[in-house]
Amino acid sequence: MAKYLLLKHYRGAPAAVNDVPMDQWAPEEITAHVQYMNDFAARLEKTGEYVDSQALSPEGTFVRYDGEGRPPVTDGPFAETKDVIAGWMVIDVDSYERAVELAGELSAAPGAGGKPIHEWLELRPFLGTHSTTTECTFK
Amino acid sequence: MNEVLLRSLTPSVLGILVRRGADFAAAEDAVQEALVEAVRVWPDDPPRDPKGWLVTVAWRRFLDATRADTARRRREDRLDEEPAPGPAPATDDTLQLYFLCAHPSLTPSSAVALTLRAVGGLTTRQIAQAYLVPEATMAQRISRAKRTVSGVRFDQPGDVATVLRVLYLVFNEGYSGDVDLAAEAIRLTRQLAAAIDHPEVAGLLALMLLHHARRAARTAPDGSLVPLAEQDRGRWDTKAIAEGVTILQLALNRDELGEFQAQAAIAALHADAPAAEETDWVQIVEWYDELVGLTDSPVVRLNRAVAVGEADGPRAGLAALAALDDSLPRYTAVVAYLHERDGDLRTAARLYAEAAHKAPNLAERDHLTRQAARLNTRGSL
Repeated sequence: MAKYLLLKHYRGAPAAVNDVPMDQWAPEEITAHVQYMNDFAARLEKTGEYVDSQALSPEGTFVRYDGEGRPPVTDGPFAETKDVIAGWMVIDVDSYERAVELAGELSAAPGAGGKPIHEWLELRPFLGTHSTTTECTFK
Repeated sequence: MNEVLLRSLTPSVLGILVRRGADFAAAEDAVQEALVEAVRVWPDDPPRDPKGWLVTVAWRRFLDATRADTARRRREDRLDEEPAPGPAPATDDTLQLYFLCAHPSLTPSSAVALTLRAVGGLTTRQIAQAYLVPEATMAQRISRAKRTVSGVRFDQPGDVATVLRVLYLVFNEGYSGDVDLAAEAIRLTRQLAAAIDHPEVAGLLALMLLHHARRAARTAPDGSLVPLAEQDRGRWDTKAIAEGVTILQLALNRDELGEFQAQAAIAALHADAPAAEETDWVQIVEWYDELVGLTDSPVVRLNRAVAVGEADGPRAGLAALAALDDSLPRYTAVVAYLHERDGDLRTAARLYAEAAHKAPNLAERDHLTRQAARLNTRGSL
């Protein structure tokens, strides 16, 4: 099994095919979309492939250390930041192919006009913290 | 076996161990073990005196743990001289435990966790699940909290206000997973009300009951939020409302008004309206004025503006907002709503979308996005 992160972007991903902001959809289209997302997660729980999903607030703050005895510096949000993450789902699947298949299904969530959004989702494999139990055979 | 009944014995059993000379942290661990043992044994072999059984088992566990710790041999000698556990004494230290677990030296999250375990009798795993953190994290939070209060004298009187804040926090967390924290908060507040006669304890209990009564109507089958005005009032729990109103009236009769009583009075006025249009907004505004006098919190002023908007019209509501900071949570949502009531749908739609952008949780975000969508697609479809 391998874990993958399915990343959804507010900004930074290529434009979706059905790229209409949600507040321009009909209310029942929003309901259908939310239902699709819930059903998707519920189905992955049943297949034993669901790990976690979270949504993030669109605006955050940049923070950095500013030296001994000083409070951290905060800045932002920056309008020029290219990549803004909207949320994620973590899945634990048998293969890369399965991860791609599931990301495709999630991207097909219905949007404006009840048609699939075709949203670009970013698929990122986790780097595990443990090495495998078999030893490395090369130096 | 009734697990809630079992858990309701937790604070008095723990109090007895502490009175016998056990330190709080070790006694609390021992009581947890006794509770786990009870869940295992009682279904097949129910005790005649459940509390006596728990005291005996917890005390034995405590002695075992203390004996196992050779570094504490001197204390063990002392403990061996203690009288053998007999019938549970009549004194009840439940109230003292509430004070200890909500001690001002604890952070809110620690006080909440410690209260749920030491007073509520929940397991660390259940508390961790309810707050969506790993069990190990919650275990650390609880043991740090126990260390923090280890020097606090058990018989010191505490501050009821800090206890109420902790219980209110638990209530507002709602429910996720197996543990219904709102129901647990009600149970713990009820138990507190039985241990101390205080109008604000009654006020908080009434507030919780009145809010809880609307829970089934607050969410649509698809999980989306249903605002108060659109709720099916037939789904409100009339028994809980009646209980809340009775408790509130008795508290108000004492003429020692506090924040929770005033909030409960507002909730009661909503509960009293057979339909949203029949809500007595004028009286609700009066209660908000009382609340402003008691707390002067900007959140209260924001809610007051909504009530003013209903009582005196949306323009008056917008005027009531004028002095408030627009970065206040839900400020934009309130302005959007008042503009919609005022007939300025274009501004309302824009502000609903902006409010959705700032929403503190998914349910509210989806709700506000729907409000914007409803206005944006009105007539254009």
